[in-house]
Amino acid sequence: MNRKLAAVIVALVLLGAVAPFAGSYVLVLMTQALVLGIIAMSVDLLLGYTGLPSLGQAAYLGMGAYLTAILASTYGFGLGGGFWLVVLLGILAGAAAAAVFGLFAVRAGGVYFLMITLALGMCVWGLAYRWNSLTGGDNGINMPGRPDFGIALADDLNYFYLVLGFFVLSLAALHVLVRSPFGRSLVGIRERELRMRILGYNTWLHKYLAFVIAGGFGGLAGVLWAHLTGIVSPGDVILTTSVDVLLMVVLGGPGTLVGGAIGAGVVVFLREYLATIVPWWQYVLGAVYVLTILYLPGGLMGIPARVRRWRSETH
Amino acid sequence: MDAQFWLIQIFNGVSYGALLFLLASGLTLIFGVMRIVNLAHGAYFLLGGYVALTVIWTTGSWLLALPAAALAIAALGLVMERVFLRPLGFDPLRQVLLTVGFAFLFQQAALDIWGGDNLIIDPPATLTQSWVVGGLHLPVYRIFMIATAVAIGLALWLAMEKTRVGAVVRAAVDDAEMARGVGIDTSRVSMLIFALGAFLAALGGVIGGAFFGIYPGLDFEVLPIAFAVVIIGGMGSLTGAAVGSLLVGLADNFGKALFPELAYFSLYAPMVLILAIKPTGLLGRE
Repeated sequence: MNRKLAAVIVALVLLGAVAPFAGSYVLVLMTQALVLGIIAMSVDLLLGYTGLPSLGQAAYLGMGAYLTAILASTYGFGLGGGFWLVVLLGILAGAAAAAVFGLFAVRAGGVYFLMITLALGMCVWGLAYRWNSLTGGDNGINMPGRPDFGIALADDLNYFYLVLGFFVLSLAALHVLVRSPFGRSLVGIRERELRMRILGYNTWLHKYLAFVIAGGFGGLAGVLWAHLTGIVSPGDVILTTSVDVLLMVVLGGPGTLVGGAIGAGVVVFLREYLATIVPWWQYVLGAVYVLTILYLPGGLMGIPARVRRWRSETH
Repeated sequence: MDAQFWLIQIFNGVSYGALLFLLASGLTLIFGVMRIVNLAHGAYFLLGGYVALTVIWTTGSWLLALPAAALAIAALGLVMERVFLRPLGFDPLRQVLLTVGFAFLFQQAALDIWGGDNLIIDPPATLTQSWVVGGLHLPVYRIFMIATAVAIGLALWLAMEKTRVGAVVRAAVDDAEMARGVGIDTSRVSMLIFALGAFLAALGGVIGGAFFGIYPGLDFEVLPIAFAVVIIGGMGSLTGAAVGSLLVGLADNFGKALFPELAYFSLYAPMVLILAIKPTGLLGRE
């Protein structure tokens, strides 16, 4: 276990160390992968640890992103030291939306949960798309620029380090969470909900809290996403974003936290680089998903265990 | 807002609901038998429309395109179920995720083959007229949509309730394990229902193509609406799909006409309301 932890720390330090030498384009992609990594980890908390397949996580990203964009463009707020307050508000907005949606979604399990989160996510998309006076409709909202609080985040490298910082904090927080008694209970609920209920656990409350926490991380990712892309539009909140995030988790390996982040990195880079090499890149990505689900239920993170088992079987 | 406005809106809502029924009935049947939601269902709708276009371009016959597209997509669904979903056994979550992968593959394939333009499927001239009933102009095409949905709904209901095959399907829906125990080949039932679902979705795509047009991204636009129908009506219930289609069709129409800013919200809001009262949907079973 400590070796795994060490590997993650080394990887993160390396990421921080190579960033200044990366080209500006690669740097933006790395930042993108980290932001999506945060929301992917939030989905993993639900899918991998609690057994709840969420297909509406983009809604919370949307809450954070639109809040950031509206505050910045309409009120000019959050472009200086106020940014930290916006981060906090974004997390709260994501969590608050999840707290409302959770009342409907958490009662259902499995595939029902998936459909309900999907439809709830589309509610948020519908508002973003049609509520022109608030969200700018289809055109979205242009961000006036990134915050400057002594450190200018307009510089992509500075922004990368900020996102990396939030990523590390999110990873650490979620790591502690899934290892806490609360996290253990979530896994228990995933495995055998009835037994947990008989043991006296309030399984609904556990699932509900996990849902709200995941929403909070989604909101955080939204704030970072808004400043990364410079524009917030309904396209960010649409179903395909939620689907992408879920597939990142499946690809990386559910129930591992870092797996989601690795999946995010693989998808972001595969997409950009394959697109420049082959026109049929989307087939490659689709085939990778299908093959992962068919042959690698543990995702990319499950490969070492597979190799080990295969070795012990052949020796 | 006189009586005419309301009548026209109700008519439009019902005819839109008829189209939704084609999409949602397959989704709900597949869910009933296999306990999975087919996230590639929107892709079947889209591909149905595209295949119909190709048939129309080559033969010029809309009437031929209708069954040809539906059968082609049914075959596609059949292969997908046999080759990819069945080997996963009874593992709904992985099966659902697999259908997502396919939704993306189909989306890309459609874009490569048919391009990114919004293509309209033109129905025969007889269907493009409108009837005047009591001062209201009713497009024949919308009447045709309602008639088709009613005919298919009736056929499905009769098949389910009055035939042996229907009894077998109902047994598989009620208790798959027990059904296998008494010698029903539930795997075969799954295959059949999956193909039927794909058939109906593709039919919806051809009919809806005269309406929305066929364009990339339509697949993921109709999918959540079909979900709303199935969630409202109760998953696995055909009658539920019919009721849900009507409600969503009407909610969507009145929402767009009365509160344009909240249009999509007004579509999903009734769903949320019903979920709050009855989590399994109006006609769903516990």
